[in-house]
Amino acid sequence: MIEFLEYSLLGLLSGGVMALIALSFVLVYKGTGAVNFAVGEIMMVGAYLYYAAASTFGLPPLLAFVVSLGAIALLALVVERAVLRPLSGQPTVSVMMATIGMASIMHGGVEAIWGGDTYAPPPLLPRSPVFLGEILIPGTVLGNFAVSALLIIGFLLFFRYSKTGVALRATASDPVTAATLGINIHFASRLTWMLAGGVGTVAGVLISNSAGLSPALAAAALSVFAAIILGGMDSVLGAIVASLMIGLVESLAAGYLGGKARDIVPYLVVLLILVIRPYGIFGTRTIERL
Amino acid sequence: MRTGVFYEQYLSEERMWNTPVKRWWVAVLVLLLLTLPFWSTKYLLAMACIIGIHILATLGLNLTTGNAGLISLSHGAFLGVGCYTVAYLGKMGVPFFVTLPIAGLLAAALGVVVGLPSLRVKGIYLAIATLAAHFLLTFVFREWGSVTGGIQGTSIPKASLFGYALSGDFDNFYLIYGLVFLMAVAARNLARTYIGRAFIAVRDRDISAEILGVHLLTTKLQAFAIGAFYAGVAGGVLGYFYGAITPEYFSLNLSIFYLAAVITGGLGSVLGSVLGAVFMTFVPELLRLLANLGAQSFPGLASIVLPMGQVVFGLLIIGFLVFEPHGLTAVWRRIQRVFHLWPFKT
Repeated sequence: MIEFLEYSLLGLLSGGVMALIALSFVLVYKGTGAVNFAVGEIMMVGAYLYYAAASTFGLPPLLAFVVSLGAIALLALVVERAVLRPLSGQPTVSVMMATIGMASIMHGGVEAIWGGDTYAPPPLLPRSPVFLGEILIPGTVLGNFAVSALLIIGFLLFFRYSKTGVALRATASDPVTAATLGINIHFASRLTWMLAGGVGTVAGVLISNSAGLSPALAAAALSVFAAIILGGMDSVLGAIVASLMIGLVESLAAGYLGGKARDIVPYLVVLLILVIRPYGIFGTRTIERL
Repeated sequence: MRTGVFYEQYLSEERMWNTPVKRWWVAVLVLLLLTLPFWSTKYLLAMACIIGIHILATLGLNLTTGNAGLISLSHGAFLGVGCYTVAYLGKMGVPFFVTLPIAGLLAAALGVVVGLPSLRVKGIYLAIATLAAHFLLTFVFREWGSVTGGIQGTSIPKASLFGYALSGDFDNFYLIYGLVFLMAVAARNLARTYIGRAFIAVRDRDISAEILGVHLLTTKLQAFAIGAFYAGVAGGVLGYFYGAITPEYFSLNLSIFYLAAVITGGLGSVLGSVLGAVFMTFVPELLRLLANLGAQSFPGLASIVLPMGQVVFGLLIIGFLVFEPHGLTAVWRRIQRVFHLWPFKT
């Protein structure tokens, strides 16, 4: 029983960080209709930027974190202008392939600059483990979950109540109408990418703090696709709930079926969901018209 | 339109190589390829073999993605299925002209299974479904040790034709390019049958296609099956060519490589598959050669060249998507047009 609780708790906690990556993906999909296969690489680049700012330039962790957020926002701006704007209106396949191309560039760039070694970036959060009765929880995992949860709640409130958030939602649901109502949709698209980059960076820094920093970090985002499909691609809430569920399932599978199961369980879930309920738990069911 | 070419029957206009000039060029190309092993260097011959295998696989993906509009990220895994089938059957002494079709058919059967979600989902959902299928298949490659040899990989016996073992690049070259010719012509002809036209109808607007009487599920599954068949055969030939294989070869990057080849070459055209495969194989090679040249003067260069290959790869994909969405085929056509009207300008 204790074992079960421990696995589930760890799974839920790691699902919290996964929710951040999923949030980054869903932001872009909802906001611009682009399917971002580079989500893992954005996360990785963010983490490397943090590492560079903190270790190479010797900034204190918090300041380095802010600097890396700024840098990734700048990068997102460039990407939006150079790659995604010219491709707007193109079929989904083109945009998807463009993000795969971006992923390849970022991956290669990171390896060219930093090499394939694993680094340990300076911790952003305290590392002391926490005991819950007999269950031991690593401090970083709990801290990561707390940060993710705060950020996600912040985002939900931002989208619900702030004027900018409402404008972003309007652009997402109907760009043409939004433009006629005076919303600057180019700005909205830029802001969406910047926010997604920022969220990805937070996730990257958190994960690299607990798991170390190497180009393999980008692969951590792959199982997020399972969460996105499960939750419904265009639902923020769905992404979060589904991430927690996937985290739980992954952790239980790894605990009871061995570490190898972790590699395939998310994908089995994906195939199952796609056959049974393709629009996910919370996604919108689209009706196609001619 | 080329000047000075007249047709008296529709049939002659419908021919695959419909002008004398084209027929001459094809003859020259065939002659060049037939004699290539005799005059080329060893390096060039090996490159030609690898390119041939890539062309086979790209032809298949171009049918699935370019003609039928279904994104497949599991193409690399289908190559693996073909390769391991050939390895398994080859060890039991089955000759290559039996193993290769079986490899193709098995991959096609798996393609149908992977394509099943396309019944309910499309576009990006389908891409993610094939991504999931890719990971499941590569998991099987790694874990099903008794057939695939696990992580250590497996070896593939030489292909043999009536007791004569096809060993070395020299013999394999003819095997590969014989298949390339056959399957390229098959792909070109498929595109102008009912099936090929149904693919294009489904790609352009699937609901309209259904209303016009195209059976959506069958067509989509056919597209997956045929694409996977090409991949399976390509994988089998790959096995015969390399002689040994590990599961790492069939990574996600391989699938992406083929998608990139389809995009840079040109969606929905056989010429595009060929050009794309040649181009995508040569670019990293060229980069590597340049790096080798530069390594003498800058010793540190070699360590960043491999990652730079990835960067160039990404830049190529994005560059083609943004500036030349119809790929190298469009460039080729433009050059052709200049010559058609020469010395006049278009």
